[in-house]
Amino acid sequence: MTQKLIVIGAGMATGRMLEALVEADADYDITLINGEPRGNYNRIMLSPVLSGEKTFDEIVTHDDEWYKLHNVKTRFGCFVQNIDREKRTVTTDAGEALAYDKLVFGTGSNPFMIPLPGHDLEGVIAYRDLEDTQRMMDLGPDHKCVVIGGGLLGLEAAAGMAARGVDVTVVHIMGHLMERQLDEAAGYLLRKALVDKGIAVKCSANSKEILGEDGRVKALLLDDGTELPCDLLVMAVGIRPNVKLAQGCGLAVGKGIHVDDQMVTSDGDVLAVGECVEHDGAIFGLVAPLYDQAKVAAQTLMGEQTQFVQKKLSTKLKVTGCDLFSAGDFADGEGREDIVFRDPGRGVYRRLVIENNAIIGAVMYGDTADSNWFFGLIRDKTDITEMRDTLIFGPAYQGGTPLDPLAAVAALPRDAEICGCNGICKGQIEDAIAAGATDLGTVRLTTKASGSCGTCTGLVEQVLAVTLGDEFVMPAAAAICGCTDMTHEDVRRMIKSQRLTSMPAVWQECGWKTSCGCHVCRPALNFYLLADWPLEYQDDPQSRFINERKHANIQKDGTFSVVPRMWGGITTPDELRAIADAADKYMVPTVKVTGGQRIDLLGVKGEDLPNIWADLNAAGMVSGHAYSKGLRTVKTCVGTDHCRFGTQDSTGLGIKLEKELWGSWTPHKLKLGVSGCPRNCAEATCKDIGVICVDSGYQVSIGGAAGMDVRETELMVQVATEDEAIDVIKAVTQLYRENAKYLDRIYKWMGKVGLDWIKERVEAEGPALVDRFELSQSIYRRDPWAEHAQTKADRYQPLANLSLEAAE
Amino acid sequence: MTDWIDIAPLENVPKRGARMVKTAFGCVAVFRTGEDEVFALDNACPHKAGPLAEGIVHGKSVTCPLHNWVISLETGQAQGADEGRVATYPACVENGRILLDRAFLKARVAA
Repeated sequence: MTQKLIVIGAGMATGRMLEALVEADADYDITLINGEPRGNYNRIMLSPVLSGEKTFDEIVTHDDEWYKLHNVKTRFGCFVQNIDREKRTVTTDAGEALAYDKLVFGTGSNPFMIPLPGHDLEGVIAYRDLEDTQRMMDLGPDHKCVVIGGGLLGLEAAAGMAARGVDVTVVHIMGHLMERQLDEAAGYLLRKALVDKGIAVKCSANSKEILGEDGRVKALLLDDGTELPCDLLVMAVGIRPNVKLAQGCGLAVGKGIHVDDQMVTSDGDVLAVGECVEHDGAIFGLVAPLYDQAKVAAQTLMGEQTQFVQKKLSTKLKVTGCDLFSAGDFADGEGREDIVFRDPGRGVYRRLVIENNAIIGAVMYGDTADSNWFFGLIRDKTDITEMRDTLIFGPAYQGGTPLDPLAAVAALPRDAEICGCNGICKGQIEDAIAAGATDLGTVRLTTKASGSCGTCTGLVEQVLAVTLGDEFVMPAAAAICGCTDMTHEDVRRMIKSQRLTSMPAVWQECGWKTSCGCHVCRPALNFYLLADWPLEYQDDPQSRFINERKHANIQKDGTFSVVPRMWGGITTPDELRAIADAADKYMVPTVKVTGGQRIDLLGVKGEDLPNIWADLNAAGMVSGHAYSKGLRTVKTCVGTDHCRFGTQDSTGLGIKLEKELWGSWTPHKLKLGVSGCPRNCAEATCKDIGVICVDSGYQVSIGGAAGMDVRETELMVQVATEDEAIDVIKAVTQLYRENAKYLDRIYKWMGKVGLDWIKERVEAEGPALVDRFELSQSIYRRDPWAEHAQTKADRYQPLANLSLEAAE
Repeated sequence: MTDWIDIAPLENVPKRGARMVKTAFGCVAVFRTGEDEVFALDNACPHKAGPLAEGIVHGKSVTCPLHNWVISLETGQAQGADEGRVATYPACVENGRILLDRAFLKARVAA
């Protein structure tokens, strides 16, 4: 006879259990009771709903149709009043009495509310369900919100509301954010990322009292007297298993409802799953064990033998826009060693805690791509002695084999867990692919892998790529060229972290597939090396494009163009005479005024270059670097010298800037402009770096373009003095040199890292950036024309002249 | 029998570089690879006659400075999707000096 099953609570655990029962066609007449006026949805995804990335409909896991289709009776918006275990009935608050043969508790957890004075004011909420989410969404931009609690939930709430334009302050009692999952350094990076999003963060902050007005929350008062005004106060300080109902009906309860390995409570006909249970002394908050419990409960209900086993857990977390991972134990301790990798430029931090030659803990921030591999090493207590040197770089860097980004995934065993939320292993995904799944969507549909929090999406794609080979097209980052599988970013990271200071070192350590690179990678490597190691690395002319090797622009007929520098676009009659003489002497066919306010001599023969340079040098002129991925020109207007509108000496500043920056190599060409007033006659706002002079100082903006793309600069900072303007420009130039991909103009680089990041770096380490720029300029701020004319002139002549020889 | 002409010391051409040799009938580019092998080719890309001696030398290839055609130094053949061939001439290094073949340079005249 069909038995009656009543399920209390429509959460993620009971949802999964219902699925398992329905799938197996279990012989039950099911009734689902839920306090929230709706069915099962993916609670983890409330954060994307809050931030506006998803709608609620998208996170519903079971809709009315599903319940109808599978004959699940529902009582939503309905609370259980009483349970009579003798008679086996459940009475709802609507007065309905329902009989059961089996009862399942899925009552979840309650948010913990700190009993501060004022915690019962209107506008003080938790972050638990859709109602709370809706309250936050309704707040609207330009309102203030305080979140108490710097754990995952609190930060999700904060990030979501900040994305909606709310002015958010997070108050956290501990010294750094997410102290249970992250160490101090990772907590610091996380904090920085949140501050970048406009969220104020207060750590080591004790809340004292919630202040109200007319029964509504008005502000949060801290111990130190600080008052944080707010229109809404979200308390996200933790959750407690919801055991009230279970306690009321006399079930054994500790921290949670006691269950055995079969998820059965102290009453043989009553089971419990999810956040409300206590199993072997532990309570549960992450989704993976809840799903395991759901499966076990379903099997128990169907009379199958099985047991729930607690597993070691890794936490891969996603605070909107920040990648975090932590696993195992990462506290400092005797006999424990750390391996740490930091890339401040990219905001990447990795730390491994080693004990007895095995990894016992890992914290990763910013780049968590290899986290599964590290987790496997922790779980299996793998001896890491052999790979210790390169361990921190992840699986792709082990064994000296080619750095195929897929090698790591290919090497994973079938039982390696890919999707932590759903407990899906690589083997199950492979099986699904063998059964016909060829894309992410199908894999997700058939295995649920990457269907919950989504952070393993990249891994699932890689398993697809490894299994299907060419049939699967990966949305992958492109390698530099055919000589390597590594991206520009990978190589820059290796150069910095491994202290690679020569081209052969890079070829060797990064597994170049060719003997000496090619015309694509060599110029990039040459730049990266000289930018990162100005003193150690010797510039290699043979790895430069001809224009930079011969300090002139090659033309289509093999002749060259010569552009002497005119500082800030200012010249003199003497200079003009010297240019005219040179044009006559070397029979220059074309003399043209350039867009960068100087004069171009086009059609000079290669052999004549050292001589024409020597002549121009003699008149006091130097190379204009019109050929370089480096500083080109600083275009100016006449400013206060002559112009009746000029507010500052724009010409003077332009000349100073050009004298400071000239000779420097950059990822791509670098053009500046300085306009003396907002009328902007120097067109500064479409340059890579532009300065607009105003009465009160200098507006420095970056990221303009007027080539294939046309873009206006974005304001980086306004400063009061010329010196500050020069320093800020040096700092941002150095930041660009140290971090951008070769051949990315500033606007492209800015598109990748964001103006906010650039601003923050320049503000945080401005003087250090200026120092590093100056160090590099101590080598490169010199005239290559003079050097070549004096010491390398013979290189410009034919190696031999056999004209007579061959004609004999 | 090969009739070699002594051109210049090897070190006058930079490693992974090239220099140009003038002849009465056009220019020949003399290349030196990272492994100190020497090759001689017409100094004109089959595409738009770009000066190959100004290109970046990698492995046993050179990339034309004008439009990045990659030319094999051994065969003169354009690599990849591009089609075309540059004339090649015998060249060798003896006692640290670069030698070119007089007969071939003369053949160039006849051609």
